[in-house]
Amino acid sequence: MKKKVLEKGMEILFLITACASIVAVLLICVFMFAGGLPAFGKIGVLNFLGGEKWAPMDVPPSYGILPMIVGSLYVTAGAILIGVPIGLLTAIFMARFCPRGLYRFLKPALELLAGIPSIVYGFFGMVVLVPFVRGTFGGTGNSILTASILLGIMILPTIIGISESALRAVPEEIYEGALALGATHERSVVFTVLPAAKSGLLAGVILGIGRAIGETMAVILVVGNNARIPDSLLKGVRTLTGNIVLEMGYATGLHREALIATGVVLFVFILLLNLCFSVLNRKKKT
Amino acid sequence: MKKIIPINRMTLCQRLRNYLHSPLSFLIFLLVTLAALFSVFILLFLVVYILIMGIPHLTPELFAFKYDSDNVSMFPAIITTVQTVILSLLIAAPLGIGCAIYLTEYAKKSNRLVPIIRLTAETLSGIPSIVYGLFGMLFFVTALHWGFSLLAGVCTLSIMVLPVVMRSTEEALLSVPDAYREASFGLGAGRLHTILKVVLPSAVPGILAGMILAIGRIIGETAALIYTAGTVAQIPKDVFQSGRTLAIHMYALSNEGLHVGEAYATAVVLLLTVLLINTFASVIAKKIAKV
Repeated sequence: MKKKVLEKGMEILFLITACASIVAVLLICVFMFAGGLPAFGKIGVLNFLGGEKWAPMDVPPSYGILPMIVGSLYVTAGAILIGVPIGLLTAIFMARFCPRGLYRFLKPALELLAGIPSIVYGFFGMVVLVPFVRGTFGGTGNSILTASILLGIMILPTIIGISESALRAVPEEIYEGALALGATHERSVVFTVLPAAKSGLLAGVILGIGRAIGETMAVILVVGNNARIPDSLLKGVRTLTGNIVLEMGYATGLHREALIATGVVLFVFILLLNLCFSVLNRKKKT
Repeated sequence: MKKIIPINRMTLCQRLRNYLHSPLSFLIFLLVTLAALFSVFILLFLVVYILIMGIPHLTPELFAFKYDSDNVSMFPAIITTVQTVILSLLIAAPLGIGCAIYLTEYAKKSNRLVPIIRLTAETLSGIPSIVYGLFGMLFFVTALHWGFSLLAGVCTLSIMVLPVVMRSTEEALLSVPDAYREASFGLGAGRLHTILKVVLPSAVPGILAGMILAIGRIIGETAALIYTAGTVAQIPKDVFQSGRTLAIHMYALSNEGLHVGEAYATAVVLLLTVLLINTFASVIAKKIAKV
């Protein structure tokens, strides 16, 4: 009897722990939306999302986050333009060209690098990339270009890892069939294996976008943080994430709510990306 | 990992001759190799650069017991980091392991809760750390009135690493052969007994690897901590005091721009710790793969 009670009790306990992630997601949604949505009402959705001026200290203050949205999009697009081609080609190399001896060394090395803290990347960007961009292209060095390069490097391990496993999941027959039809090794890989892995590769890119747009500390140190819409790649911008970290320390009242609302915009964006990711994954399974 | 059988092995000479007929193939080969070289080079360059520039700045004074504005010692930050790691795992490990046990050992296929748990775990692992930081500030710091405190930071981080612990434990539990469970049931053991005495012990390496990965993430985290645990540079005396971890310490140093040398040194410590921890995790994970 006592044993039965213990069995049942522990099962319920495990069930409760299993609900922890559900509770966490619910709490996060509730508190983010409850904290941020009032600002949408007070400022006005259009004024907030479409306003070109962010000046919370002015009288009267203006809270337009369009510059930050544009900044985040530019920087993320730049990171994708730099990171995806290099990452994809590296994944092809890892999956199809790499000699086995080299692979045994390369694979763990690239996996390890995925764990480097973002603040270390940011510091590296600050002491190496910023002076490099300043010296080569002019300007202050704290720019969209610098942030794009840094984020492109940061998402490399993610993209390489996921793309490589997508390429390896392609049935060997597809590759062999292409070879049998007389295609060279390189052509077979690029024109048959690569298209067959399409959805997996796309999932990798989406994950990379998620990482790039959500990155905070590394970007703050190199992007200049000017809250205005940039007119060139060498101008500084401010990202959504940067806006939150830079001003949350001293913000009060509506300013604080506007910053939380900035977080809500970011959160919704990430949720949409996650949705795309899981839809793609589900498609792959069926 | 599937082995790729080289059915078209050629000598270098043959290959070069082939490239003469097919310049596109050569171009592809060139691009792929160059990209791989670039990726490896840039990432290794980052590590080596930080090490070379940082190691000369590692002075004994930087490990002094007390932090002050003249000597920005990282010792209090190291202690705070250790505290944060231990406390976060104390919360995240039971929850994550319990959840994985429920998913693999108890839940039936038709259970409607399982897809929801998986969806939320997936969502959690995609949320950027700054959103966790905001949530922690709104919930733990403000709504629960904990203020900027170690506890608020720890709770935020444990939600953040929950999916990591959960997924690796689940994988470890799934890799335990069903024969073990059947043998245990056959000997008359109950479900709970089987889980605690048979399944969990054989899954320990996998669970451990997940924990170590979680530790790596906690140590490197900045954005989720800055508005939850705060940035006070002293060792917190209890969980309701603020403290800065090593990563936050480094952010503060690089942001002020006054102590670049010390920031380099902190980067070295941070980088080496995380790399060592991740190596450890992958060694353990590989051990399981062999068994």
